[in-house]
This record gives sequence, structure tokens and C-alpha cells, in this order.
Amino acid sequence: MTPRPDREPAAPVVQRIRIRYAKRGRLRFLSHRDFARALERAVRRAQIPIAYSSGFSPHPRISYVGAAPTGVASEAEYAELALQARMEPEELRTALDHVLPPGLDVIEAVEAQTASLADRIQVSHWRVELSGVEPERLRQAVDAFLAASEVPVERLTKQGRRSLDARAPVVRATVVGKSDIMSDMTGAAASDVAPSGESDTTCAILELVVRHVTPSVRPDEVLAGLRVVADLEPPVPPRVARIAQGALTEQGAIIDPLQADRDGALTGTPSA
Amino acid sequence: MYESIHHSLTTEAAGIRAGVTSGTAARLDPTTSRRDVQMPARWEGRRTSRVGWTVMSKGSIFHRLEPLLYQVQKPIQYVGGELGAVTKDWDSTTVRWCLMYPDAYEVGLPNQGIQILYEILNEQPDVLAERTYAVWPDLEALMRQHGVPQFTVDAHRPVGDFDILGVSFATEMGYTNLLTALDLAGIPLDAIERDETHPIVIAGGHAAFNPEPIADFIDAAVLGDGEEAVLEITDIVREWKAEGRPGGREELLLRLARTEAIYVPRFYRVDYLPDGRIQRVVPTRPDVPFRVHKRTTMDLDSWPYPKKPLVPLAETVHERYAVEIFRGCTRGCRFCQAGMITRPVRERSITTIGEMVDNGLRESGFSEVGLLSLSSADHSEIADICSGLADRYDGENVSLSLPSTRVDAFNVTLAEELSRNGRRSGLTFAPEGGSERIRRVINKMVTEEDLIRTVVTAYTRGWRQVKLYFMCGLPTETDEDVVQIARLAHEVIKAGRAATGSKDIRCTVSIGGFVPKPHTPFQWAAQTDPQTIDRRLKLLKQAINADRSLGRAIGFRYHDGEPSLIEGLLSRGDRRVGRVIRRVWAEGGRFDGWSEHFSFQRWVDACEAELTPLGVSLEWYTMRERDQHEVLPWDHLDSGLDREWLWEDWQNALAEVEQDDCRWTPCFDCGVCPSMGTEIQVGPTGAKLLPLISVRSGA
Repeated sequence: MTPRPDREPAAPVVQRIRIRYAKRGRLRFLSHRDFARALERAVRRAQIPIAYSSGFSPHPRISYVGAAPTGVASEAEYAELALQARMEPEELRTALDHVLPPGLDVIEAVEAQTASLADRIQVSHWRVELSGVEPERLRQAVDAFLAASEVPVERLTKQGRRSLDARAPVVRATVVGKSDIMSDMTGAAASDVAPSGESDTTCAILELVVRHVTPSVRPDEVLAGLRVVADLEPPVPPRVARIAQGALTEQGAIIDPLQADRDGALTGTPSA
Repeated sequence: MYESIHHSLTTEAAGIRAGVTSGTAARLDPTTSRRDVQMPARWEGRRTSRVGWTVMSKGSIFHRLEPLLYQVQKPIQYVGGELGAVTKDWDSTTVRWCLMYPDAYEVGLPNQGIQILYEILNEQPDVLAERTYAVWPDLEALMRQHGVPQFTVDAHRPVGDFDILGVSFATEMGYTNLLTALDLAGIPLDAIERDETHPIVIAGGHAAFNPEPIADFIDAAVLGDGEEAVLEITDIVREWKAEGRPGGREELLLRLARTEAIYVPRFYRVDYLPDGRIQRVVPTRPDVPFRVHKRTTMDLDSWPYPKKPLVPLAETVHERYAVEIFRGCTRGCRFCQAGMITRPVRERSITTIGEMVDNGLRESGFSEVGLLSLSSADHSEIADICSGLADRYDGENVSLSLPSTRVDAFNVTLAEELSRNGRRSGLTFAPEGGSERIRRVINKMVTEEDLIRTVVTAYTRGWRQVKLYFMCGLPTETDEDVVQIARLAHEVIKAGRAATGSKDIRCTVSIGGFVPKPHTPFQWAAQTDPQTIDRRLKLLKQAINADRSLGRAIGFRYHDGEPSLIEGLLSRGDRRVGRVIRRVWAEGGRFDGWSEHFSFQRWVDACEAELTPLGVSLEWYTMRERDQHEVLPWDHLDSGLDREWLWEDWQNALAEVEQDDCRWTPCFDCGVCPSMGTEIQVGPTGAKLLPLISVRSGA
């Protein structure tokens, strides 16, 4: 073995901070890799005391939980940052948000108090805007979809075509009128479902709650399912946004995955 | 022809408005956002509003582009939103530039030339500069289908709406992409068919030192450094517009031509001899100069750009902050166009370099710094620069690289110094020629002992692999010169194994095809045909693997000779080659610099169809040696080099006589300094890089 220069061991992790961030507007077209690069650079610009992995090619220690697909906006993406020096979560949130480009926004930051975040993320709430589709037409398609016990759809993967059931993981699918949505919507979410182009276009909005399963079923697969059961073919590509992620209660509500950490903080459990 | 500005209310903006009523959305509301109250310096520093989508942009076509983005590869490359990007209000500016790099975004975004000009132009209060890149064929097809024009990535404005379209050609292989962009922008391909509503199309970059093959498609070309040239062009356009555009487009072009530093092809006529050679190139009017001169920006410390580097969201070929540590090169490698046309050497001082790196890293968040130039180890204070930067960024996971290095052990020391903090970058050495004889021909003064000593130093200091770069098809080259590369590689491995006692060392031999370029001593040379090149490379491969033990430790990479031949056609072509470019483009030629898109046959067929009727051919342009008195298509374009000196250097090459470097030895009269009124600017300054005093949290 040729000798390599010695490296100092990486500084230990003293704190983990979990963030919820949004991917909005044009930045919906970011892939997950693109986002990860942008976040790493933002961490450097904001001079966050991020911990690095040890080894010959140290990487900032940031872990992500299931990213929204390229082209899909999101109000609820999650990541965890490991720090080598303590920082107030809110201070980190502000500093990071400050240096991220408009369209990437850090909404919340909490100190990790609990085990795996991923375990508390079981479902996604998606909002799908179908421009040029009559709400009534969409309602019929969704009814047919929900009535089916199984809706096989095909997905093109690197291994070739594979068939999966789009129906089983769908917990809820409802059609809402555009006006209902606009009135109760957060600004950011509205920006992602607001109709593009002419404001008088027909537009139907589909609210979906879908379980995270393997292979994954996301809005694309559900839309493929609507094509299968009801020949629904949107004239323009639908705009999709993830509104929330979390665990599902028996009543069908989605539990904020950062709630447990927040509760932990309130009871004053100190971490490392 | 394009949608009117009434549509400018983008979907994002509409959404933000909707959000004003909601508590959680208040942060995004343009009037109350924290971003507005307390904007970080980078946004604040702009004379303009924040980038992009929270601002109404007049003429934005984004709402028409967006539905197409769901259907293409890597849509993020068309979205813009880079850190450092600028958008301005259209109406509050008077001169509007669209800067284009005629290749894919991932290649074009990191381009230093575009970034520098973009920043310099946008610093002018009444000037707006945006960027556009070549769109991939998938999006091009959709844009044609839906009538979406070529757009800028900054504010998604139609390229056809700008005053000036400036295109930077680092290589001739981007010519077909220029035509795609013009066509998608609704700009007539033929410059003479354009009117006052169309942008002035200006070519720059190294390929602009012979813009004749694209003379029909461009309105003007600028030779040399762009920093001052773009401001001068801006002044001329501003004045002409303020006067009410007297004399129309023709008058504006005339004003540009009269500067003697901007070439306007339409004011020059080319006459040909019966045998196809050029008889003369003459001005068509008395008030334009016979020769057009290149630009040289002196004192790089006064132009410390980029200050606010563009940091892309999409992945690009270089993810680093790059600082040019000097411009120009006097080593005199006879094949190297860049070295010839960028003279004289002008160093940036160690102090400025230190400031630029510090600022660039803070602005960008990049974790890599590239110290660029044509031969970075030649900077008079390179050792202090490398150790100073390594000290400053100790323990900060910043990697520093010196991409262009010469063959000596000193370079290994520098590379070692730079790799103290971050990843150890690969080492590439470029002896360029396999035999001592051919290295004398090309004036690459590297001995076999130099190379072996250097590579062995690298192996003993922990590098397990080095890359060796050579050229094939050089003037006077024989099979033996190429086969010598194998012997050299074998010696390198043997010496490396002996010195380290390890078999775990490798080298990669990488071969490029030689293309004779204008304004070099080899501008008269015959290019070698692709069959000969391919045959020599085959012989080389056999020779490398003749010894199986050594051959196993040697990687071999090469490109076939065909694309080089087309590059040769475009490099040394004249105006008649424009017809070939147009035909290739019309038949689908795009992205010719990409092997998966390049079609040699398409170029051969187009040459046959367009050149044969004119009595010339692809072979005539590329494989023919020129004599001393032939008028070359670029003779009326002055790079500062004395033609007689170039010819003498060509004769010296044939006689295998070397030429020294004027940086360390007396002037040998290449002609640049006296004719351009310039001089070599080198250190040392004696300054050192002190530790940074700013406090870095957690570092």
C-alpha cells in the first residue's frame, strides 16, 4: 500500500437538527441531487457548523427523508443536519433560509429528540392540479378508481416495464373545486396549484393521501390509474405539490412528523 | 409573433398574491417578507430586484415553457434561479445584451468568459444582460411544436427582443448550435436579412479569431479580451439608440467597424483565385479598416471578476470557484492557439488572487477552487499562492486545484501542498509528443528524464495514478514518433515500480487528435487524415500491450480522428464553409462537440454537396499544406503576432529548432507587444497571503 497522508478524525456530532423545507415555484424542477447540492452550499455560505463524515473524502452529514420527484413542488420535505457545534434551531433555520435561493425555503427547524424521523413519515398528502379537466369528469374517474379493488399500472424502470397496483396505497382521493381551494390555501401552496396561463381555464383539483409503499405509488401512478379505469387523459401535464407528510391517525389525519421532537423539547430533554 | 407582455403574470407570482391573506404565507409576500426587510448582501448588492419569480418580468415566456418542462430531461437547466443571477426591469435599461454559450447549460454555465461579461454588463445601471444556452433536441422539438422562442434563463425573455446577442465560441463545434438558437429566436440566419428589430449578433471567444466560416450568420466579431470591448460596444449602441437609430442597422454596424477592433464581415469582400485559394480580402467601403485588431485587457487586478460567481442549481461540468491567475502564455508551444492569441502574459497579483478566492468561496459556498491559466505553475509567485491558500483553508474541507500543469517535480510539490485540505486531485502531465524529435517540432521542451523524474516523484508522494496527455497527427509525425509513447509509458511504470516497490501504480495515456489552428505557426500545416491517425493509434495500442506486465498498468484513451477533421475544416475554413454548416444544421446537425450527436457522414455529405461545385473540398481545406504567400482567410484579422515571425517559427519547427520562453529569456519579436502597445506583466510582488481574520463559526 502506498502511504496516504494522515487525516485528523472528523469532529464529533453534538447536535442533530431536523428541518422541514419547501420546494416552490420554478424550483419544483429541482431533482433531489440538485437540492442536496444547493443545501450543502447554503450550509457553507451560512457557516453552519456542520459535521463531516470521516475518511478520505469528507461529506457534510445531512440525511434526507424520501424526496419529492423532479417537477413536483412540496411544502413538506424533511432533512436532518448533524452539527459539530450547538446551534439554536431557529437560528439555523433563519441563517439557512437567508442564503437559499427564493423557491427553497426552510419552514421549520427542531432539535432531534427522538429516534428515526423516517419512521414517522408514512403517508403523503398530494395536491394535483389538472388544467383543462372538468371537475365532474375527474369526480367520475376518481369514483371508478376508488371502486376498483385493484388498478394495475405500468411503470418504466431501468429494469424494464413493471406492473404495480396503484389502488391499494391510496387512503383518500377527493375532488375539490378550484374556488374551495383558493380560499383556504396557504400562499405557497396556492402558488403551486394556481392555474397556469389564462385564469378562466377549466381546472380540477385532486387531493390525494397515499401510503408510502415499495415500489412507490405517487401521483403519476394514480393518474395512470385514472387513465386505466376511466380513460382520463389530461390535455396538459398536471401540476403536483406535496402538501404534507407524516403518520396517519385512525381518523385519517396526518400527524406532523416533527411534533414528537417539539414535544421532547418542551419537556426539556437535553440531547448530547 | 410572440405572445404579448400582457401574459407576464406568471403562475408563481399569482400564487404569491393569493398567499397574502394567509398567515403562514406572509413570509413569501413580497411586501412583508423577511427577505425584503433584511436581505442578504448578495441580493441587496444588486441594483435590481431579487432574481426571478417573485418579480413580474416583462415578456417572460415561462408560463409557455413550463408545460414543456415536464416532458424533457433535466428540466432544471432551463429554469435559471442561480445564485448570482440578475434580473432587471426591461424598461429601465437602455442597452440589453443576451449572452450565449452555444452548448448545453451544464457546459456553458461554468464558462468564465460569459460569467465575467455578465457581471460587468449588469454592473452598468442602464444595461441589462441575460444568458441563454443551447437547448437539447428534446426541448427544441417541443419548442417548435408549441411556438416557444429561444429564451434567456434569467427572466425567460425571448432572445429576439434583445439589442445584442453575444455568443462566445470556445470551440468551432458550437456553430450548428448558433443556427438553432437564431432560428428558434426568430432571427434570420443570414445577417444581411436582419432589420432593426433583430439583435446584433456578435461572436467572441477563441474561435472568433477566424470567424469566416460563420461570417454569413454573424453581424460582428470581437477578437481578444471582452471586458472592455463589451462596454465600448454598449456605448456605441446606447448612443445610436439615443440619437434615434440614424441610418438603421447599417449605420450601427459601421460605427462598430470604425473602432478598428470590431470585425463586421459584411464590409469585407473575399475574392478567390481560379484554383480556389483566396486572392484577397478587401473592405467594401473606404471608411472601414483594412485590418481589425484584437483586444487586450491589461492589469487584471483592475478586473477581479467574477466577484459574484454564478452558482447553478443544476449539475454542471465544473462545480468550483475559478480564478484566472494569469492570462496569456509565452511557452510557445506551436500547436497551441490559446497560447499564441492571448499574449502577452499578464499576471494577477497574489493579493488579488487571495481576495478573489476568499470572496468567491463566501459568495458561492463552493468547496473547490480552481487556479486557472494556460500553465498555472508559471505564475511568478505560485509557491506562495499555493501554500498561502492551503494555510488559509486548513481544516475547512476546501479543495484547491491547479488544472494546467507542466512536467516538472515542482508541480508535484504544488499539488501536494494544495491537497493538504481536501480531496487529492488527479495529476495530468502533457508531454504532447512521444519522441524527443517531435517535441522539438512542437516546441514542447520536456525531456524524457524530466517526465520520468516528475512522475516518479508523484508516485513516491502517494499518487497511485497519473495521466499523460499526448497528441497524434502532428506535423512531420511518423509512426515511430507515436509508438515512442508506448516506450515512454513503459519507462514511467518501470521507474515508478522501482521507486515505490509497489505494483499498485498506474498511468493513463490519453491521446487527442491534432488540429492546425489559425494564428499559430502550424496554420500552414497539413492536417493528418483520420485513417493514418487511427492506424497509428492501433500501432500504439499494440506497442503498449506488447509487454503484458507493463501494459496492464497502462490505460489507453483516445478519440477517433473524424471529429478532429471537421474541427479542422471549421478552424481554417473561409466563408464558403458557411454553406456546409448551414446544410449540416438543416439536416439535423446539433451539438457537434458531443460524440453521441456528431455525425461525420453528415459533414462529409454536406461538404460534397456544397464544396464540390466550388472546386474545393473537405480535404482541400484540411489536408493541404499552404505556402508562405497564400492569403489565409484570417490574414485581415490581427492577433498581434507578426506573420513573418510565425512563418519563421514554422520553418524552425520543420528544422526541429526550439524557441525559448520570453518570460525568462529576451524578447524574440513575435510582434505582439509592440503592435498592440502591451507588455509582459509579471511579478513577483513579494506579498504573502496572511491568515483570514474573519471568524468562521464552527471551523
